[in-house]
Amino acid sequence: MNPFGAYKKVVSARSTLKEVLKKAQDGGIVSTAFIYGLENNLLDGVIVADNAGEFQAVPKVATTPEEVLEAAGTKYTVCPNISVLKSAVREYGCEKIGVVGTPCQVRAVRKLMKYPIGFRHVPDKIALIIGIFCMENFPYQGLKLIVEEHCGVKMEDVVKMDIGKGKFWVYTKWGETKAIKLKETHPYEQIACHVCTDYTAELADISTGSVGSPDGWSTVFIRTAKAEEIFNKMVEDGYLEVKPIEEVKPGLGLVEKLAKTKKEKNMKEIGHRKELGLPVPY
Amino acid sequence: MVKVAHVQLCSCCGCLVSLADTYEKLLDVLNSIELVYCQTLADAREIPECDIALVEGSVCLDDHHSLEVAKEVREKAKIVVALGACAATGGVTRYCRGNQLSKPVHSSFSPLTEVIKVDLAIPGCPPSPEAIVSVITAALNGDMEYLQPFAELAENGSEACGCDVINKVVNKSLCMGCGTCASACPTRAIEMLDGRPNILKELCIKCGACSVQCPRIRFPELIEKIE
Repeated sequence: MNPFGAYKKVVSARSTLKEVLKKAQDGGIVSTAFIYGLENNLLDGVIVADNAGEFQAVPKVATTPEEVLEAAGTKYTVCPNISVLKSAVREYGCEKIGVVGTPCQVRAVRKLMKYPIGFRHVPDKIALIIGIFCMENFPYQGLKLIVEEHCGVKMEDVVKMDIGKGKFWVYTKWGETKAIKLKETHPYEQIACHVCTDYTAELADISTGSVGSPDGWSTVFIRTAKAEEIFNKMVEDGYLEVKPIEEVKPGLGLVEKLAKTKKEKNMKEIGHRKELGLPVPY
Repeated sequence: MVKVAHVQLCSCCGCLVSLADTYEKLLDVLNSIELVYCQTLADAREIPECDIALVEGSVCLDDHHSLEVAKEVREKAKIVVALGACAATGGVTRYCRGNQLSKPVHSSFSPLTEVIKVDLAIPGCPPSPEAIVSVITAALNGDMEYLQPFAELAENGSEACGCDVINKVVNKSLCMGCGTCASACPTRAIEMLDGRPNILKELCIKCGACSVQCPRIRFPELIEKIE
């Protein structure tokens, strides 16, 4: 089983932009790529998940680096990013759009590019698709329950959330850190995530996530020629620093392990659903 | 040369405009086809024998002329394509807001897919120019893999609508909240509430755009080949 999908190269990388690193989840790859794209006219609009207060996520069309920065950081809840794609073309007049999304959202974009029934003059305006590693997502009420009931922190006091080392971490504005075992969060996962077998956003131009790289760095898969060109230019122009993935810990092995875990676990769930006569995505 | 006819039943010309909206791509397509019948763009009175008939609009069951044209198209064309929501699902002609019919004696507008055997159906109101060009190009090249979803819609797609997204995806706990349905909707009948689509049924014209674009309803394998 191919755990990662097709890719040209994989590296460990980190943004060199201080303002990005201050707000970014890990290496700040998505924000930096979008800022680079906007500053260098490769992109004129990007679709991001904005923080709507208390870690509620809303999709936003960002047209300036400042707006990208405002939206930086992972939100561990559902954000219908693709819902504003047509509006980016029609209302914002964007012609070179960057989209960031979870693997399922990346698949949705690829589908609408190949079968653009309801997307007149949209597919040719999608310039860059960035996917983020994703094991599962939480509906907002589920996330709130994890934070408030299990971690004992008020949502309004949270400044950052993180998943790593088998735990769900919450950081408060009072400087506290709370964590619970990831296992305790499983009941609050979005059930629809259990039929998804894509961990590394296999259909994106660029896929990125913290897993596999040291703290503050991100693992980056470059999958398409277009992405390779943009990525190389970003490195040349000093927006990113890069290390070979073989030289960092914990390395690609951990990504492979998680990707395979998702595939195997969710293939089993798909099989189980089929046995029960329930529909599965096909 | 592949002979293509554009046949109009009860419709608004929107699908034809969409076909014409392909700009330079239309020229590419026109160079490889012969448009043998199209009341708006070509001077021909009779529907001739043809390879592909793009049929726009629904069939008014209270109008024998409409039924006869539908039958004639089936006889004359090798491949019949239901072009757009009216032909594929009934669209606005069938599900117009508040069922305000265009004339009191017109009581039924049926999609072409319910009247004759249709080979391919392209939903959407109107379908995008890109989708029309892709389907024609795939038909010219015999790319059956690409056309398969359209063939399935022709066979059982006359109910494609916002309800499908609720019944087949949300109600089966398959919806992960990507928002593609909301973006695809031409009438803004879908809003995302707490990461799930909410269908405003007063606005839904059952064009099928939302359900065909949903990545959880049908995901042809060829989409996986990205380069």
